[in-house]
Amino acid sequence: MNVAVAIDQISEDALPSASEAGPAPKRIVVAYGFWIFLLSDIIMFAALFASYAVLVRSTAGGPTGAQLFNQATVAIETACLLVSSYTCGLMSLAVNSRRRLGTYLGALITFALGATFLSLELREFSSMIAIGATPQRSAFLSAFFTLVGCHGLHVALGLIWLTVMMVQVAVFGFAARVQRRLLCFSLFWHALDIVWVGVFTVVYLMGVSP
Amino acid sequence: MTEARHERAPGDRPSREMDASAPSEFLVYTIGLFVAVLLTATSFWAANTTLLWPGGVFLGLAVLAIAQMGIHLVFFLHITSGPESTNNVLALAFGVLIVFVVVAGTMWIVADMNGNMMMSSGAPMSMRMQH
Repeated sequence: MNVAVAIDQISEDALPSASEAGPAPKRIVVAYGFWIFLLSDIIMFAALFASYAVLVRSTAGGPTGAQLFNQATVAIETACLLVSSYTCGLMSLAVNSRRRLGTYLGALITFALGATFLSLELREFSSMIAIGATPQRSAFLSAFFTLVGCHGLHVALGLIWLTVMMVQVAVFGFAARVQRRLLCFSLFWHALDIVWVGVFTVVYLMGVSP
Repeated sequence: MTEARHERAPGDRPSREMDASAPSEFLVYTIGLFVAVLLTATSFWAANTTLLWPGGVFLGLAVLAIAQMGIHLVFFLHITSGPESTNNVLALAFGVLIVFVVVAGTMWIVADMNGNMMMSSGAPMSMRMQH
């Protein structure tokens, strides 16, 4: 319905169509392409969510989610990722107004919170493996480590990307290509937070609720 | 004015004035954070409380998660229903459709297969196949 309304508004406003205005600026094309990539990435996560939902009861006599998950850790992880998404947004504001200090500060806080999230997750994984809850123990644990580990891998790649971007800001300044890459990074980081909302709800909260 | 003719890049704010609109953009992120924290806290509370009927908690958690994803899309990714954002919204709608088909379809098919494998009625498979 919204799309139909939006299309009606275009014709009534009588703006020149995009084809009359010429090709779109590179910033829009790049960000749209990255948006398509993110959606395909989210579809990959949907497949992992589906396999987790199917296999969640197949514990093969091994430990269940309610026995393994610690909600306090998950709450801290969630807070870290949510606030880092916020500081990433503030960083993109600083990038748009070309404030170097604000950019570095936002990136630093985002990186610190992302690294805290990752270290908490790795500690959780290692404590689970230490008590024998390894991925090969049961189908449930295979699906758990694949889903949550894949998200953690994305966060780790995001941290590397953020470091590279700060080097690029230091070397090239706010060149148009650096700004485009920073826009893509902030899209990536916000999308990771959206995936984490699904993870903490489906895996941790639904896993421990009676 | 040339900007208005094109689609907006996903993640970009509607207004392009750098100086005048800076505080309001800060406010948008802050409101988004506030609402997201509220929804997350409600999710954690609902999962642990004994006040609610357990059957409803599952549905409530799903609704809270979907609401929070919407908050993230609107306040952090700046997805709007405006004409400049039509391409982004259409791509998003297609992505959501595929996500729904993958998740709901998988769960439906596997639940159906589990039901067929049960043989709980004790009747042989050939008799059940006839009906």
